[in-house]
Amino acid sequence: MPAAAPITGPVLSVRDLRVQFPTRRGVLTALDGVSFDIAPGEVLGVVGESGAGKSMTGAAIIGLLEPPGRIAGGEIRLQGERIDTLPQDRLRRIRGRQIGAIFQDPLTTLNPLYTVGRQLIETMQAHLGLSDREARQRAIGWLEMVGIPAAAQRVDSYPHEFSGGMRQRVVISLALCAEPILVVADEPTTALDVSIQAQIIALLKRLAREKGTAMMLVTHDMGVIAETADRVAVMYAGRVAEIGPVRAVVKAPKHPYSAGLMASIPPLDRKVAHLSGIEGAMPRLSAIPPGCAFNPRCPHVFDRCRHERPELIETGSTRAACWLYDPASEKQAPELLRHG
Amino acid sequence: MAEGREAPRPAATVMLAVEDLARHFDVSRPLLQRLLAGEGRRSLKAVDGVSFEIPRGTTLSLVGESGCGKSTVARLVVGLYPPSRGGIRFDGLPLEQARADAAQRRRMQMIFQDPYASLNPRWRVLDIIAEPIRAFGLVSGAAAQRARVAELLTQVGLSPLDGEKFPHEFSGGQRQRISIARALSSHPEFLVCDEPTSALDVSVQAQILNLMKDLQARLGLTYLFISHNLAVVRQVSDQIGVMYLGRLVELAEAETLFTAPRHPYTRALMEAIPDLEMTGRQRIPVGGEVPSPIDPPPGCPFHPRCPLVADRCRREMPLLLPPRSQVGTVVACHAVEEGRDPPPAPAGGDQRIGTTATAL
Repeated sequence: MPAAAPITGPVLSVRDLRVQFPTRRGVLTALDGVSFDIAPGEVLGVVGESGAGKSMTGAAIIGLLEPPGRIAGGEIRLQGERIDTLPQDRLRRIRGRQIGAIFQDPLTTLNPLYTVGRQLIETMQAHLGLSDREARQRAIGWLEMVGIPAAAQRVDSYPHEFSGGMRQRVVISLALCAEPILVVADEPTTALDVSIQAQIIALLKRLAREKGTAMMLVTHDMGVIAETADRVAVMYAGRVAEIGPVRAVVKAPKHPYSAGLMASIPPLDRKVAHLSGIEGAMPRLSAIPPGCAFNPRCPHVFDRCRHERPELIETGSTRAACWLYDPASEKQAPELLRHG
Repeated sequence: MAEGREAPRPAATVMLAVEDLARHFDVSRPLLQRLLAGEGRRSLKAVDGVSFEIPRGTTLSLVGESGCGKSTVARLVVGLYPPSRGGIRFDGLPLEQARADAAQRRRMQMIFQDPYASLNPRWRVLDIIAEPIRAFGLVSGAAAQRARVAELLTQVGLSPLDGEKFPHEFSGGQRQRISIARALSSHPEFLVCDEPTSALDVSVQAQILNLMKDLQARLGLTYLFISHNLAVVRQVSDQIGVMYLGRLVELAEAETLFTAPRHPYTRALMEAIPDLEMTGRQRIPVGGEVPSPIDPPPGCPFHPRCPLVADRCRREMPLLLPPRSQVGTVVACHAVEEGRDPPPAPAGGDQRIGTTATAL
């Protein structure tokens, strides 16, 4: 493999990303001004409820947006090079070689007609130019590394011969075998049972650390984020509501949406009389309210939120897109939010 | 409203009693292939000898990983599958008898997991909710039916005007409210809820769980609640049964299960839940995976993954027994019976205070 060039600056840099879907009733904006960076060896967790745009952000980065969706603005840079404007064939080479992808359902990711070994070997040969013997040796090595017992025999098995958890291990080895610099993992543990989830999370985390791979981990499971991510971006209605170090966002969320989200999670260690939720539901893309997208559900809403869209504002160690943190606003964040 | 449900109910009568319930599915290959391969019939024991009782007005939850048989129990209880063995009594009546009688049948209803699949997209909400009312002939006259539907919609936190809309005009949480309104329309006393919040976002899940608790308090409903989420189960249950490969491995009062889990599998499940407190505590994952229910391991089905495994576990199936010095729990584990297990520690014990589980 080529010696990794000393990386300065982020592996992935997303600036003001905007994704739109033209429909008969007008253009829907699914992602609106999404910006973040991921440093080498860093795990960025992207959380949010269904429809927040977290998976779409991942799809835009790997260049697999479902048509008619298209990138309508902003830029995506991989190690400084713009990838959102590349032609499909160039992008295809980067995908797989430099960007690995892990999706929720391991069955649809793997080709049922090929043995897992063949899929690994093909991937490595396509990107790394290895000989047959070398590729096979490495395929077995990868299966061992992701914890598949008797890898030397299992390399010749077909995907259906593996259980769900084992299949997801195969998918992980497939995403990592070309030694990408960035891995986009979209709900990698959601289809798995809790007892298997823990194994897979531990594995992903170890591999990212060992290989210095940057990882974007998309999930709706805050627990997975808390255990795995270094930083977290909370998304709402196609925008980043809050971004910051995992500890700050989980323990002392600043944006009223992040705070509501954290408070909605039922506690395991006690029974509560009344669970706190967030009233209402996320708006449809065709009906995103003006100003702050969260304003109709926000317990702290004031006039400015209904008219002016907030940008990310520095507050403590995180940045939150909320007018409560703008010193110029007529209303300021209550103590509870400010100090968690 | 929902508080104070922990208090024991005086002279509770049993709403649902399940005794040695089993359901086996025939998964044999076609006859010709069997003959050619010289193999016999094979059966999948989805549920194999489950017993429990739900006192009126309380909630019993079944938890476990996929394939443990919890949804099959739900389906057996409402009569969607006939049992292969064992009996179900609904308010004292054998289930077949209760099912045959419309007056009894309307007393039990089911809420399904996926509110996108369980509502007919071509029907207006009004008709969806009124269907049980019409089927059981509970209210006659279109105006009276409308009034009843409006009342039900209000009861689940929707507007009476929503009756004119179609399901696609609602979000997932609102659809689940419609499902609940439909279930309530026949004045049931017993609801089977199969993962009612698993398809919902966490902020919406809280709304639905609160609604279900409020309705239980107001209408005195009895719930059989199926879920894979232990934190959700803790919020709604009076009793909890933990299932593994078609069997109950532990059945306990809700608080007891969380403060003193006994079965190694129950402990492993609680241990496996990601930690939001970020203590940096390394989770110890349960090794291995759930074995195939077609070919379960001999003896205790959990023995290949169990840290406390001994010779006896590989040979002999453990029975559900109360452990020494503990009331309110039965556990199917040789190690617990022999006192070989480490002393019970609460889930989210000292080093995990405030632990929260987490699926959004």
